[in-house]
Amino acid sequence: MAEPTEAAKQAQMGSTQWDRIANSRKFQDLMATKKMFIVPAFVFFVVYYFALPVLVGYAPNFMATRVWGVVNIAYLFALSQFFVAWIIAALYVRAANDFDRLSKDIIEDSENGGGK
Amino acid sequence: MSHSLIMFLLFIAITLGITYWASKRSAGANAYFAAGRQIKGWQNGIAVAGDYMSAASFLGIAGIIAFQGYDGFMFSVGWLVAYLTVLLVVAEPLRNAGKYTMADVLAYRLHPRPVRAMASLSTLIVSTFYMIAQMVGAGALVALLLKDSGISYQTAVIGVGILMIVYVVFGGMLATTWVQIVKAILLMGGTILLSILVLGHFGFSFSNFFNAIANVSFHDKTGQLVTKDFLTPGLRFKPPYGALDLISLGVALIFGTAGLPHILVRFYTVPDARTARNSVVWAMVLIGAFYIMTTFLGFGAATIVGPDFIKTHGGTNMSAPLLAQALAGNLFFAFISAIAFATILAVVAGLTISASTSFAHDFWTNVIHRGTERKPGEEVRVARVAAFVVGAAAITVAIVLGPTANVAFLVALAFAVAASANFPVIVLSIFWRRFNTAGAVTGLTVGLLSSLALIVISPSFMGIDPPTVSAAARHLIQAKPIFPLENPGIISVPFSFLAAIVATLMSKEPTAEEKFNELLVRSNTGLGAEKATAH
Repeated sequence: MAEPTEAAKQAQMGSTQWDRIANSRKFQDLMATKKMFIVPAFVFFVVYYFALPVLVGYAPNFMATRVWGVVNIAYLFALSQFFVAWIIAALYVRAANDFDRLSKDIIEDSENGGGK
Repeated sequence: MSHSLIMFLLFIAITLGITYWASKRSAGANAYFAAGRQIKGWQNGIAVAGDYMSAASFLGIAGIIAFQGYDGFMFSVGWLVAYLTVLLVVAEPLRNAGKYTMADVLAYRLHPRPVRAMASLSTLIVSTFYMIAQMVGAGALVALLLKDSGISYQTAVIGVGILMIVYVVFGGMLATTWVQIVKAILLMGGTILLSILVLGHFGFSFSNFFNAIANVSFHDKTGQLVTKDFLTPGLRFKPPYGALDLISLGVALIFGTAGLPHILVRFYTVPDARTARNSVVWAMVLIGAFYIMTTFLGFGAATIVGPDFIKTHGGTNMSAPLLAQALAGNLFFAFISAIAFATILAVVAGLTISASTSFAHDFWTNVIHRGTERKPGEEVRVARVAAFVVGAAAITVAIVLGPTANVAFLVALAFAVAASANFPVIVLSIFWRRFNTAGAVTGLTVGLLSSLALIVISPSFMGIDPPTVSAAARHLIQAKPIFPLENPGIISVPFSFLAAIVATLMSKEPTAEEKFNELLVRSNTGLGAEKATAH
């Protein structure tokens, strides 16, 4: 049940055209820009997140240290995870505006180049 | 308790109205499976949150925190942070390169039949197991809440099952989406109210509240009155394996969410990848706020109601409704109960549509009929029948298991299978040029089997119960667990990645590598992506 638009596009662009786009400088730029944000962001949040169960599991006394009244490091660290997740999401949305701009450029190029 | 019944009926009336409205707009496959791809970002965000915040999280998490304090809050953290994987890794490529299901992206450059067959099997297993857990919980809850109205467990399960079938069969993805939205708004509203009431109980003083949490008294297993600091870790995850179990749970949550079929299908309901991204952010705001508020629900129940009272008045799952009753009386109890009911209904509807879509689109059209629809509209018709069959099967299994069945492991299993079977192959097929059919099929099979096998020999399945435990609540295998962790993620996820990589390297598939550029360009730019259906 392929839609006509998709089928038409498929026919229009042979596999060589996909290769041409994939090897173009603009697409390489897009991938480099994406990697520059996504890889460090992913590594950071995975490390920050797993620090919580690792510390809770292997350093329970340290985590039980009270820092504000009865509130301990464990609770504050857990709570901080929410804010860190939100901040990374917000930064990603900002960075992704660049991805969208670069993608739009690539799509327009391909439509002008391959269209009739 | 007729208040509860009235509110239940009100919710049912509203959702049936939505279904009727949606049924007139659900003609055609795009409309039925993907709501015409016209759902707005914020709407889909609320619906994703609705799909995700199941009864397990609303009732379950409040109960776990009320009984096990801080360790319960660890679940809350993982459930939110997991969305960063969805946001950074899967949501946009999936929307760009797929059509209706997760398998669309996997099958893109691989041999579609074996890959779709396995992906569909994995989807069906994750969805039906998750659904059965929800149905058993729903039946027990509704029967408990409405026991004065004479509604039994069986009636409740059949009622919930029929409603979910009606939403999905007649209203498709559009009705399911709006049922999720209504439910998510109700759930957020109820949770905010409850949180304010809890704080009010402590004179709006955080230090009073936290002081109470640090001194919760209850009778332990031996009948002794003990006082514990519920902010200190260690009430659930105990040595020697507690630390590893906690990390393993983290692995299943962080990578499993990005492999949950009922969450992934939601990204096909929006017009483009940018909107999919915005909807994840909306979902993260709601889900994060909700799970932070589980502090108030869970710790509120622990301090204001107390574990002893909850244990004798319906058990852990009743913590949130009992808290509502203690704070604001029967009417509020009825309101919170109705929200719990709405939550269950909406989640099972979401699971049903993802299971039936995968059966119709992946298995029926693409595996059996090799990608050609013999008659127009056949795929949607098959999906409707599949929704009916899946629903009827879930009703039957839930009734056979009964209200006291020990089904908590089914939710753990769903996350474990999603993390071990689905997530590795999604990631490898999007990012690794060399990846091929042998790798995908091996990864899916190994992920599925290893998580199933490890759960069967884990403490969720195996254990020695004292004779006082009722037959249905007993462990299925009365022996010492062979695998010590409740969650297999820490073993099964790396194992499945490894299996997929080894199987790939052992075979060559030039066409898969040739088509990688096409998938790479499509998934990263949105070139040639499925468009919204124009009116």
